[in-house]
Amino acid sequence: MMQKIKPLDHLILILGALFLIAPVVLAVMSSTHSAVWIHTNGIALLPGTDAYATYKKVLTARGGFTGDVTGARMILNSMIMGIGFAVGKIVLSMMAAYALVYFRFRLATLFFWMIFTTLLLPLEVRIMPSYQVMSELHLLNTYTGLIVPLLASATGTFYFRQFFKSVPDELLEAARIDGAGPVKFFFDILVPLSRTMMAAIFIIMFVYGWNQYLWPILMTTDEHFYTLMRGIKSILQVWVGSQIPDYNEAFALAVLAMIPPVFVVVVFQRMFIKGLTESDK
Amino acid sequence: MTHSPSSISRPLPVPPPLSARARLAKWWRGEATAPAKRVQFDRPLTPWVFLLPQLAVVVIFFYWPSVQAVTSSFYLEDPFGFSATFVGLDNYTDALSSGEYLSTATFTAGFALVVTALSLGLGLLLAVKADKVIRGASIYKTVLISVYAIAPPVAALIGMMLFDMHIGPFTQLAGLFGYDLKVGVNYWDTAFAMTLIAVWKQIPYNFIFFLSGLQSVPVSVREAALIDARTGWARFKDVILPLLAPTAFFLLIINITYALFDTFAIIDVIVKDKPANNPMTLVYKIYLDGFKGNDIGGSSAQSVILMVIVAALTVVQFRFLERRVHYG
Repeated sequence: MMQKIKPLDHLILILGALFLIAPVVLAVMSSTHSAVWIHTNGIALLPGTDAYATYKKVLTARGGFTGDVTGARMILNSMIMGIGFAVGKIVLSMMAAYALVYFRFRLATLFFWMIFTTLLLPLEVRIMPSYQVMSELHLLNTYTGLIVPLLASATGTFYFRQFFKSVPDELLEAARIDGAGPVKFFFDILVPLSRTMMAAIFIIMFVYGWNQYLWPILMTTDEHFYTLMRGIKSILQVWVGSQIPDYNEAFALAVLAMIPPVFVVVVFQRMFIKGLTESDK
Repeated sequence: MTHSPSSISRPLPVPPPLSARARLAKWWRGEATAPAKRVQFDRPLTPWVFLLPQLAVVVIFFYWPSVQAVTSSFYLEDPFGFSATFVGLDNYTDALSSGEYLSTATFTAGFALVVTALSLGLGLLLAVKADKVIRGASIYKTVLISVYAIAPPVAALIGMMLFDMHIGPFTQLAGLFGYDLKVGVNYWDTAFAMTLIAVWKQIPYNFIFFLSGLQSVPVSVREAALIDARTGWARFKDVILPLLAPTAFFLLIINITYALFDTFAIIDVIVKDKPANNPMTLVYKIYLDGFKGNDIGGSSAQSVILMVIVAALTVVQFRFLERRVHYG
């Protein structure tokens, strides 16, 4: 038994969806026009004819808006960042959650609090000292420096801890009767059992890693380590004082930067929503 | 145990307090909290191997910088990093007594309030409507979730184009009404653009959570509500909203955190390292003072102030709001 649907409900939904999707459509359409066209005609509503030239330039040309790195290289760096972060997060947090849930050991409470305090304070509040630590460790302009420090938040550990707690105790009892040790139990029973959870967390964390902005800005001055997000900052810096800004290239860059996360999230929509709404609480 | 009403007001029997030493011993043995599992492994070394990677990362990249923030907030470092002088609380008093800091703090509070209220409200509105319609619901869902996946700097880049002085449709629209919209120059125009982009980016997140909260309301409850409450508004207010309260509470914290921290990219893309006469949030000021102004001590003091505010906010929110929230 459903309530009657009023046209007003649909109108609100359509307006809302339009408000949200219109900027994306305009960006995609504008990226297919030339800079001069955009400069004279404004933002485009319909596709143009310069898509090939623009995307080719953004992807392959050196010395466009950055000195010596291509858009393709930035995509690669963003991929490394997204995948490296997601994999690192899953490995570290599964291991830590396993220790915290399945073991009795000294100082467990202390470590529990040490790890979960990280949820309280985001990276943004300790920008300067984080930078200093990274420079003391000589990790500026390295992939390690881009990825590993971001793993210091306990979100993943929290998800896996909740999940492990919901795993029936009988499994462990049965495994112990069969003589399985902790390592065997982890790899042969817990890891296969967590497959769905791992996939959901992978998607969430890939999007998170790919979309990182502040950290790459702090960590990378060498253009070979630029991610797409870092590229957005430089394209805007180049603009100051130029005659006709490269609107088309900026739009193309924005489109390239949003394709992978949007693709992943839309394709794995159900898993993504489930992972997000069930583990975040 | 009697069940007379008077027994309610009587204090519950309290176990004898542990001596400090006994409590410490419990911490040492890892028994200060209830175990997560009825059965647990009892190995001396294995848990350490599993815990060590995460612990190392947390200590090196969370605790070390946090401690460093506190230490350097008491020092005045010369811009070239050659020497540092202990100045006590000077960095704190300087920050708190500067008009610039206070106006940034005021803007941040207002910005967080408006962004949270608008994106929660609009997310809820769309979720309630999407929950009602059957046809097309999945299309709306896909549209909204794809916007969720877009990074804040990308959203801001597109937003900046829409507010561009030459090609921006928003600027042209304002021009039709005789208003000269100058984002990046005029304080309130910039604030408006920042808020709009930040809200745009956050609506889908709230929508996803509210929709899944709504869809978990049992059919029997909905049917009962249809009989009990006459108007749609009464149904929503008396039945649906209380059931959504846990989701809303969770989202409230997430949205405030988003407005305070995750909007960094949006502000950076709009302000472009040039504060001039532009509004900014406290986090952005920490970044500017530290990296562009080379004021390490001042930036660290601001970090510490923000850490305290955030930690207090989280604790207060949990304490106060949890009581009013219905957990089904």
